[in-house]
Amino acid sequence: MSTIVSLPDQSTAKLPSKSYLNQEYGLKSWLLTGDHKRIAMLYLFSITFFFIIGGVLAGLIRLELLTPPADLMATDTYNKVFSMHGIIMVFLFLVPSVPATIGNFLIPLMVGARDLAFPKINLLSWYLYWIGGIFILSAMVLGGVDTGWTFTTPLSTHYVNTHVVTAAMGIFMAGFSSIFTGLNFIVTIHRMRCPGMTWFRLPLFVWGHYATSIIMILGTPVLAITLVLVALERIFNIGVFDPTKGGDPLLFQHLFWFYSHPAVYIMILPGMAVISEVISTFSRKRVFGYTAVAFSSVAIAVFGFLVWEHHMFIMGVSQYSALVFSLMTMLVAVPSAIKIFNWSMTLYKGSITFETPMLYAFGFIGLFTIGGLTGIFLATLGMDIHLTETYFVVAHFHFVMVGGMLMAYMAGIHFWWPKMTGRMYPEAMSKTAAVITFIGFIVTFFPQFILGYLGMPRRYAAYPADFQVLNVFSTAGASILGIGYLLPLLYLPWSLIYGQIAGNNPWQATGLEWQIQSPPLTENFTEIPIMDHEAYDYEWLANKTHHEVQTVG
Amino acid sequence: MSHISPVLWEFLVHWLEHFAIFPPEASTIAPYADALYFALVGMTITGLVLVMSMVLFFSLRYRKERHPEAVQIEGSTLLEATWTLIPLGIFLVFFVWGALLYFRVYNPPPNSMNVYVVGKQWMWKVEHPGGQHEIDALHIPEGVPIQLTLISQDVFHSFSIPAFRVKREAIPGRYTSVYFEATKPGKYHLFCTQYCGTDHSAMIGWVYVMTPADYSKWKAGNTSGASLAQNGERLFAVMGCNACHTGTSQARGPNLYGLYNTRIRMNDGSTMIANDAYLREKILNPSLHVPAGYVPIMPTFQGQISEDALIDLVEYIKSLSSNYRLQQMMNKSDLDSAQPAPIGPANQGAGAAPLQIVPTPGVSKP
Amino acid sequence: MDSTSIATTPHELESSGLPHAHDHPAFMRHHFEDIGQQREAASFGMWVFLLTEIMFFGGLFCAYLILRNWYHPAFVAGSNTLNIALGTTNTAVLIGSSFTMAMAVYSAEMRRKGQLILFLTLTILLGFVFIGIKGVEWTTEYQEQHVPGINFSIQEFVHPTNPKAIPLAPDMAEKTQLYFFLYFAMTGMHALHMIIGISLLFFMVWRASRGAYTAGHVIPVENFGLYWHFVDIVWIFLFPLLYLISRYR
Repeated sequence: MSTIVSLPDQSTAKLPSKSYLNQEYGLKSWLLTGDHKRIAMLYLFSITFFFIIGGVLAGLIRLELLTPPADLMATDTYNKVFSMHGIIMVFLFLVPSVPATIGNFLIPLMVGARDLAFPKINLLSWYLYWIGGIFILSAMVLGGVDTGWTFTTPLSTHYVNTHVVTAAMGIFMAGFSSIFTGLNFIVTIHRMRCPGMTWFRLPLFVWGHYATSIIMILGTPVLAITLVLVALERIFNIGVFDPTKGGDPLLFQHLFWFYSHPAVYIMILPGMAVISEVISTFSRKRVFGYTAVAFSSVAIAVFGFLVWEHHMFIMGVSQYSALVFSLMTMLVAVPSAIKIFNWSMTLYKGSITFETPMLYAFGFIGLFTIGGLTGIFLATLGMDIHLTETYFVVAHFHFVMVGGMLMAYMAGIHFWWPKMTGRMYPEAMSKTAAVITFIGFIVTFFPQFILGYLGMPRRYAAYPADFQVLNVFSTAGASILGIGYLLPLLYLPWSLIYGQIAGNNPWQATGLEWQIQSPPLTENFTEIPIMDHEAYDYEWLANKTHHEVQTVG
Repeated sequence: MSHISPVLWEFLVHWLEHFAIFPPEASTIAPYADALYFALVGMTITGLVLVMSMVLFFSLRYRKERHPEAVQIEGSTLLEATWTLIPLGIFLVFFVWGALLYFRVYNPPPNSMNVYVVGKQWMWKVEHPGGQHEIDALHIPEGVPIQLTLISQDVFHSFSIPAFRVKREAIPGRYTSVYFEATKPGKYHLFCTQYCGTDHSAMIGWVYVMTPADYSKWKAGNTSGASLAQNGERLFAVMGCNACHTGTSQARGPNLYGLYNTRIRMNDGSTMIANDAYLREKILNPSLHVPAGYVPIMPTFQGQISEDALIDLVEYIKSLSSNYRLQQMMNKSDLDSAQPAPIGPANQGAGAAPLQIVPTPGVSKP
Repeated sequence: MDSTSIATTPHELESSGLPHAHDHPAFMRHHFEDIGQQREAASFGMWVFLLTEIMFFGGLFCAYLILRNWYHPAFVAGSNTLNIALGTTNTAVLIGSSFTMAMAVYSAEMRRKGQLILFLTLTILLGFVFIGIKGVEWTTEYQEQHVPGINFSIQEFVHPTNPKAIPLAPDMAEKTQLYFFLYFAMTGMHALHMIIGISLLFFMVWRASRGAYTAGHVIPVENFGLYWHFVDIVWIFLFPLLYLISRYR
């Protein structure tokens, strides 16, 4: 099979003598760095750490559900396990996953800047992330939280006796970490673009992150204040969310989902941003309908703020407001459809090769299509009555979050791995991992759609025996999926030492980040580049003269 | 097959016997929900096939070996418009379809039989108007429209009957309702689907759909002897309500006879309908809305009365309405056999201010 | 294509790595192109941060408006126990501190070091006066047993000492707890912002005394000014909502 990869001659090639990785040495040079690339690396290690913890918890959940009774662990333990799985995966993995690692690394490179606008705030956001992480870990070590990641009141405020406040404060901190990342991105994209880099020359990766950042800065503070209220209510026994004291538990639901629904767009938009880059590069084509894809990201960010009540359709909200929110949810689905079609059309008359990132991207398109369309089931009011709070919802958001976002994250990590480290990952091994992940994913989560329609409720430690067969499939799939994620954890570190030297532009991609050395210099560009062409201009890349190389480099 | 281990064989047989892939259809709602479901599944498959065939076809046709030079294409406004408007149109069809079903499930027809459900950690307490109490079980006749009125004693719960395709959250502090009409006698799963703490997964039970004859038999054999309204009447006396709500002209509290489902004028000039939620609210937060001509002297019963008892009281006050009695009889409810003697009508227009009842055309059950 | 030919070769650089032409002021960060970009980025960043802050307080305001709508008599009664004289004084103090802060920005722009330090110090003083008065109010509320969760008594609302006050039924009087909870949460959050601001002001006085802001590097003072005005504006909303509306006539 032909490939686009062009590596320098391995017998003579060596890594650049100077790069951000060897500019300085020692722990201090990492922990006090302002360099967005080093912070991205710090984030990469950190979120991988939390991903492993969250993944082990997921494994425990699947093991428990192998048999109908709660026999592997007590129901209380199970409740804590799925709560911690949710909290860790949502707040410590999915929200920062692509933006804080790949986005942090690439946005300055893509807009032609030397760093993000506020390097110290960027570092601060990593420390806040860890403070949040430590709070959440200590909540887990001290005995766990069993409210689910949704902290439903009055359960979380007056009816459980676990470490809700600790976990809430952890999320509060992690939230501010995410706010600062978003703030940095917005300012960088607005104010730090290099000469000639107009808004419509920005790579779609940047557009996706711009939309994400809007949600981060406007949505996250609402979650923060809501969790503060939950904590105060617990500590001082107040009743803002407790009906027996005059409060309103639905108010909590409104405030919580006002953030937590847009938060799913925080989780998926950066994934979409990665897919645009990958699809374009491996089909050697400009992304079809650039403006449509760019604006659809912004549309998702804006409409995403107006749909939160669809989490509450059966909670006794006014039926007419349910109508409005159902309609808005239908509208927010359209930009996602636009993206899918544009990516598919990008392949048309391309010159397609199938490297690992592209395989993950194909996986993303397929799984996200299913994940997105099953979202329509849940937006449809009458259908939502039957499907909500069942495994259908679990399957739906895992198709979007794991099938979508994790696939995109893996695509992105493989795609930019040569840029981040200067070395290639092992191709055959990674393709195997991509295929295993895909198969494992389908086997794990597809049966859950059927379980959901059967009516199996979420968050059950024990379930009626009728549901066992499909649960066994699901658990079997989870073990395959586990292998799919374990492989990159092994071969990516291996490639740091034994991988082939990647050279500047192994994929022959057009982005500014590919025109500089891999790994990049600390200051990114020796001279600030001047952008004189559109994004994804493969003719420019082909016709590049030595002179232009100098301008860019 | 003799070499298959008997244990494994047993296991496989057990599995196959318990292998379900589609829930039973046991209510009038279910066929509509399933039709909508299959339409949605059809849309998903169509969409998926469309996208996947594009991706696969282009991947094969335009792979590098066959198509070494890509052709740059800017985009196409026509295509963008197509795949914006067509999905939007399809989604809007589902929006309307789903909304119709939603309004049907959550707006019980006025002639439906009312059953109360109280959720508490971690059990369902079902109360039939005739005084039958059940825990984690619900017996209903087939072919009768049923309204469940749900409330929670503590945290959020959710009452789900997959075979009926209906579900409704039981929320602390407010009544919610759901409607269904069972079509097939049998035994169906009942789940709590909203996470409610430690024993969430044990908060399950069965719904028994019975033929009308069986149901009558069950009803007769399970009654505790007093209807909800009768329990309410007893509570009304025990809690001292009748000290003020005497129904006489010297009474300090308003006369409750015929109050249910009327529109009342409040102190601040607004009007409210005296429905279940209103009555419950008045017992817990009496001074929140004060009827015109009264001062808020009623003590609160917040924290002194359980949701079950509140239901009894509300049922009792409802039973003081002749209209309601008539309605309940038409509804095949069993209130008729257990009717307490109503307190005599107040001397309207003299003595203590009567409730200012505003005539409302077309207000039946809320 | 030979990919090695595409990019910069780092060997052309001097060994320091960073191109460090010293034709810019010392306070300019190296990742910015010029001082104008740095100034624009910093001020834009501050505005974006204030947007976040608005959403943060927005959640509290939302809860306040809903509960006020439900339990209007309780909120009226609660509101009337507050000391309007102290509240007004505090409003004046805060507006005054906004003025001194604006003057501090102006002094920094005019590169008058002494004047800058004077106005920053004045702002600190006014900040402390505000916190002090707030502290007095909180103490009074504690003595009157109006602190939910610590000591709360509905006596005052059931049997009011104020002749103008309308006595509340006990169940409605209970709801004054919600008012006071929101009062403490909102003024507490606001005071927290003030305390953070005052700490930053101390740091800035120290930096100003070393001439950091009077040599053209006005951005930090300006941005802090934006923050301080924002905190002021939050109070401008809190004061009428918590103290003024629906006073007894």
